[in-house]
Amino acid sequence: MSLQDKDRIFTNLYGYQSWRLDAARARGDWDNTKALLELGNDKIIDVVKASGLRGRGGAGFPTGTKWSFMPKEPRPDRPNFLVINADESEPGSCKDREIIRHDPHKLIEGALVAGFAMRARAAYIYIRGEYIREAETLFAAVAEAYAAGLVGKNACGSGYDFDVFVHRGAGAYICGEETAMLESLEGKKGQPRLKPPFPAGAGLYGCPTTVNNVESIAVAPTILRRGAEWFASFGAENNRGTKLFQISGHVNTPCVVEEAMSISFRELIERHCGGIRGGWDNLLAVIPGGSSVPLVPAAQIMDCAMDFDGLKAVGSGLGTAAIIVMDKSTDVVRAISRLSYFYKHESCGQCTPCREGTGWMWRVMERLRTGDAEVSDIDMLQQVTKQVEGHSICALGDAAAWPIQGLIRHFRPELERRIHERGGSLAPMQEAAE
Amino acid sequence: MPKLKVDGIEVEVPQGATVLQACEAAGKEIPRFCYHERLSIAGNCRMCLVEVKPGPPKPQASCALPAAENQEVFTTTPMVKHAREGIMEFLLINHPLDCPICDQGGECDLQDQSVAYGRGQSRFQENKRAVTEKYMGPIVKTIMTRCIQCTRCIRFAEEVAGVEEIGAIYRGENMQITSYLEEAVTSELSGNVVDLCPVGALTSKPYAYEARPWELRRTLTIDVMDAVGTNIRLDSRGRQVLRCVPRINEDVNEEWASDKTRHAVDGLVRRRLDRPFVRRDGKLTPATWDEAFAAIAAVNHGGSIAAVAGDLVDCETMYAAKALLRSLGSNRLEGRQTGMAYDTGSLAAVNFNSTIAGAEEADAILLIGTNLRWEAPLVNTRIRKAIKKGAKVFAIGPETDLTYKVEWLGQDLSILGNLPEALVKTFVGASKPMVIVGGAALKGGHGAALKLVDTLGLIKDGWNGFNVLHMAASRMGGLMLGYAQKGGVADLHDAKLTFFLGADEVDFTPFGGFKVYVGHHGDRGAAAADVVLPGATYAEKSGTWVNLEGRVQRGERAVFAPGDAREDWSIFRALSDVMGQRLPFDSLAGLREEMFGEVPALRHEGLVTFDWQVPALDATASGAIEGYPIKDFYLTNAICRASPTMQRCSAELVHGETFAEAAE
Amino acid sequence: MADAVHIPDEAEVRARWGAFAWTEENARKAQEVLARYPAGREQSGSIPLLDLAQRQVGAETQTQGWLPVPVIEYVARYIGVPYMRVYEVATFYTMFNLAPVGRYHVQVCGTTPCMLAGSDDVFAACKNKGLIKGKTTPDGLFTLTEVECMGNCSSAPMVQVNDDNYEDLNYDRTTAILEALARGETPKPGTQQPGRHTVEPVGGPTSLTAMVTENHDYRGEWNVAGQGEQREVEV
Repeated sequence: MSLQDKDRIFTNLYGYQSWRLDAARARGDWDNTKALLELGNDKIIDVVKASGLRGRGGAGFPTGTKWSFMPKEPRPDRPNFLVINADESEPGSCKDREIIRHDPHKLIEGALVAGFAMRARAAYIYIRGEYIREAETLFAAVAEAYAAGLVGKNACGSGYDFDVFVHRGAGAYICGEETAMLESLEGKKGQPRLKPPFPAGAGLYGCPTTVNNVESIAVAPTILRRGAEWFASFGAENNRGTKLFQISGHVNTPCVVEEAMSISFRELIERHCGGIRGGWDNLLAVIPGGSSVPLVPAAQIMDCAMDFDGLKAVGSGLGTAAIIVMDKSTDVVRAISRLSYFYKHESCGQCTPCREGTGWMWRVMERLRTGDAEVSDIDMLQQVTKQVEGHSICALGDAAAWPIQGLIRHFRPELERRIHERGGSLAPMQEAAE
Repeated sequence: MPKLKVDGIEVEVPQGATVLQACEAAGKEIPRFCYHERLSIAGNCRMCLVEVKPGPPKPQASCALPAAENQEVFTTTPMVKHAREGIMEFLLINHPLDCPICDQGGECDLQDQSVAYGRGQSRFQENKRAVTEKYMGPIVKTIMTRCIQCTRCIRFAEEVAGVEEIGAIYRGENMQITSYLEEAVTSELSGNVVDLCPVGALTSKPYAYEARPWELRRTLTIDVMDAVGTNIRLDSRGRQVLRCVPRINEDVNEEWASDKTRHAVDGLVRRRLDRPFVRRDGKLTPATWDEAFAAIAAVNHGGSIAAVAGDLVDCETMYAAKALLRSLGSNRLEGRQTGMAYDTGSLAAVNFNSTIAGAEEADAILLIGTNLRWEAPLVNTRIRKAIKKGAKVFAIGPETDLTYKVEWLGQDLSILGNLPEALVKTFVGASKPMVIVGGAALKGGHGAALKLVDTLGLIKDGWNGFNVLHMAASRMGGLMLGYAQKGGVADLHDAKLTFFLGADEVDFTPFGGFKVYVGHHGDRGAAAADVVLPGATYAEKSGTWVNLEGRVQRGERAVFAPGDAREDWSIFRALSDVMGQRLPFDSLAGLREEMFGEVPALRHEGLVTFDWQVPALDATASGAIEGYPIKDFYLTNAICRASPTMQRCSAELVHGETFAEAAE
Repeated sequence: MADAVHIPDEAEVRARWGAFAWTEENARKAQEVLARYPAGREQSGSIPLLDLAQRQVGAETQTQGWLPVPVIEYVARYIGVPYMRVYEVATFYTMFNLAPVGRYHVQVCGTTPCMLAGSDDVFAACKNKGLIKGKTTPDGLFTLTEVECMGNCSSAPMVQVNDDNYEDLNYDRTTAILEALARGETPKPGTQQPGRHTVEPVGGPTSLTAMVTENHDYRGEWNVAGQGEQREVEV
């Protein structure tokens, strides 16, 4: 039941062909978009709801439902805004980059369709600052769309005025959090806001705002063209559609690929990644959804369905479908410790548990990496992760805690082995002599 | 009005209230660091976490969560306890725990809350973070390693002081609070961040290592540095006032105080007049009280006696002098030292009628000849609040930075007769329009400003938008006691004997007669006097002051005056004996009874109502306002001129000098 | 903060950069930036304009550029925002250099996906070329920084040098790139894996093979049974 090429949405994923407007049109983008808009705001939202599309940025909130939260009659002084999250910074994630540099017109057309559906006046595409060449492509593609009358005044001849602006960030993972993104878009530090109020009530410039992932937006026109049923024909119940999987780490051929949701891990890796480096017996563990989700040991992941529910069942999550594969040569403690460093580095510093906890957790992780710890430090670290998780303003605190919890859950013997090998209770003596 | 349950206690709170406020309404204490009633909600310390149903299965920040109908809030569950313990632990892992050498010790939120909500031990074995100190100016000392990044100081600077010079740079665990480029914060309200800081990161530089809070005696009194009448508490040890902090009074100063109010107190022990002086052979020489009194009694005044009250004196002092003069056949009293002679036929016409708190409600504001930021910083903060609610501000006078956006109309008072259309339109549409006339405009523009009451409709039902802004703590009390001559202080120049009650800003040269200075500091007044009688500062006497809005307030004595100095009223009482006209009171209480009999409005603390009877004044106005009366905010009276802290502030913040300490 | 950047002496910096102003071209670009935001929301331009300013400084100094304090202040004045607020932004985002950098800012990703794919070798190659983390080489050519995930995980490990990414690196490929840069050449950006185009599996795509040679239109293959909505749309 593998996905066929004709059912792939991102046909220029690998950039063999031009991203430019004429080439994109030849592939089917911007094909009578006016007719899509003529479905009407609510019909578009209904189709997207019916398609079962869940947000592709990690949280998996139903996209159509999210759109429906926007005010139906925006006031002129408080217009609705669509903000598209292209701040792809989650370690392991590298799909939005491919959409933007190889298929930008899918995104821009999606922006118009989604923006129209939610009655937005404009879309801001917030692209991470490090995507420099990608942003150049996106700026140029938006300019093409304006020049062709596809966006801007009377977009696609629909009578609807809709602007698309590109805004570059400047290096801050936290700006991928939707309210931090809005702060950043307003020219401030990317520090998440308190919720409530939620963006749909008061978002960008205090106006109703929906923040969507690039992939969620870019698939919308195709869903409208091919129908909700088509999209919903892929994947298991509650996990519908196609999805860009990004496989990195210890597979033979890492890649980004569009596949049907709920494909099994084994099939995905065998079909597209040339199998696990050194064979399936050499598989140690997998982080299946980007750095923020707990890792899953080999035995549990091999035949797991790669979707929201399947990965939840093994104590992890689909996240952005960024699959980090680790074979048995991996220093798994170092791999997770490096993620802890990442979260320490990317904490915005606003709230106490994350600001103080990420640094603490990383430092303990580094000691566990070298075994310079007591066995009781493992339990303490576990408790510290629990003190961070669920106590911070945004989910970065949770994201910093989960990988460590996953490590302790599945690799506690390895942690203890290092401590014992280094000398366990001798450690304080050595420390004192330092 | 949502109804909810806090730990089973049902409370009803106003719409828009937070869960934290609901908990307080239920009598539950919620620990917090970043939350402050007068600042915007940051929600960053996470100390106020509570369990809320319905809601996600994790604790919620009660400071930021709106209270909702049928919510159930729990503040004592294991979830909440663990959350608090966890946050406390996080706050302390990088805190230096240097309480024994920390000036915040004994009044530290972090100390108190760690005792109440912490676990009692730390599991943190890594190295602690250290942060370099940041220079913030002459008032605020920083020990930034202690900082818990609550951002109260940032929010205060931005929201209340209106000076966006404090911020948080870098991010994550490297986030640091700093002034811009570690330069002095150019606010006359900077000292408030010391009170706001819940830990010992920002402490008072002049007060550094001076005392522990439990050593101090606390006295409630009234500030005299301007006419706002800031409610203060003087903390003293032995005979010295060591610090001044504001008390909460929502009608007056909320909970703020200007840096002058706070830090002029080190001037109380410097340049003091601690014994009488008599001028002999052109030089002031020390004398006994008897010698000084005898010198005064020897003056052949023939009833030509006058008294000039300075800016800081209390009503009791002024009343005692008035009573003495009256017994000697004179009523020549004046308090407007610098020569002002505006009409005082109706005190309502020279009062701040909208009230200080009322200024927040104004929706259209015209400032005429006033640099509010220096003349009354805590009125200025109210104007900022009004602007936040949508008020528009116009001003006549030289352009100056008031910390908010002002439409400057020009410097010439003739504008009052020809107001721009935009202003008239704004005022006509306003429900609470307000005009503030400052000292720079009272001389040529009082009449014209009063006319605006009609032309701009300043008086409406329950609202009087006409205001005069005084700068002297003694002014309104003085006017109520009759310290006003038709021609101002010039009318007194020919007096044969003049008492100067702490008056240091008078032009003494035209006074040809015998000059007696009754006051506390060796400043200009003492230098010009023939006899100097050492008196008490506001900290050394109980007194009554009436602030610029006509609010009668009383303060208590904190310490005794130094040396032979005496409370001023008792000086006049004693002198009256020598001059053969014994005054009929032997105690402060006795004096007050007399004074209340004469001016009943002074009897009760609180706002005095002045009847609105506008005098008919010449409504033409012309002449440019060349400058504002206060040239240097930090050196406006004898106490601050004697204060090393105020001198340093002046040198650094007004005159731009840099200090070597910055390089430390 | 032992690893904090050393911000250069203020007096010197003010003397050098106090007169900073947009070039004619950048003045036009700055206006373009502000045109994206509603009137009164000029603060939104702070990040793009700081980036523009850093690039201008870079052009003037033949480096990647950095943000001297007077330049930050210039941007703040340009958008009418207090200095402190823009300074905070400049210190918050990692792409703003608060101290001068070399001509090539070698930013090696060290996050887990790259680490698994061999970023240690990339660092080793840098080290053996004399690059030290957080420092600029004495010839002013290279500044080495370890950065966090750059979103090139399926073609890891990678390095971003100024505006270009070099992917699928190993020790030798990294060395070759550094040597080419030192010679003043610009190596071809993107994957360094021979035969690989972008992020398709090495050895050729396992999907969308038709796209390799032609701009294939798959719509003809959308067999349409039972999909009424779609027919409506395609009218």
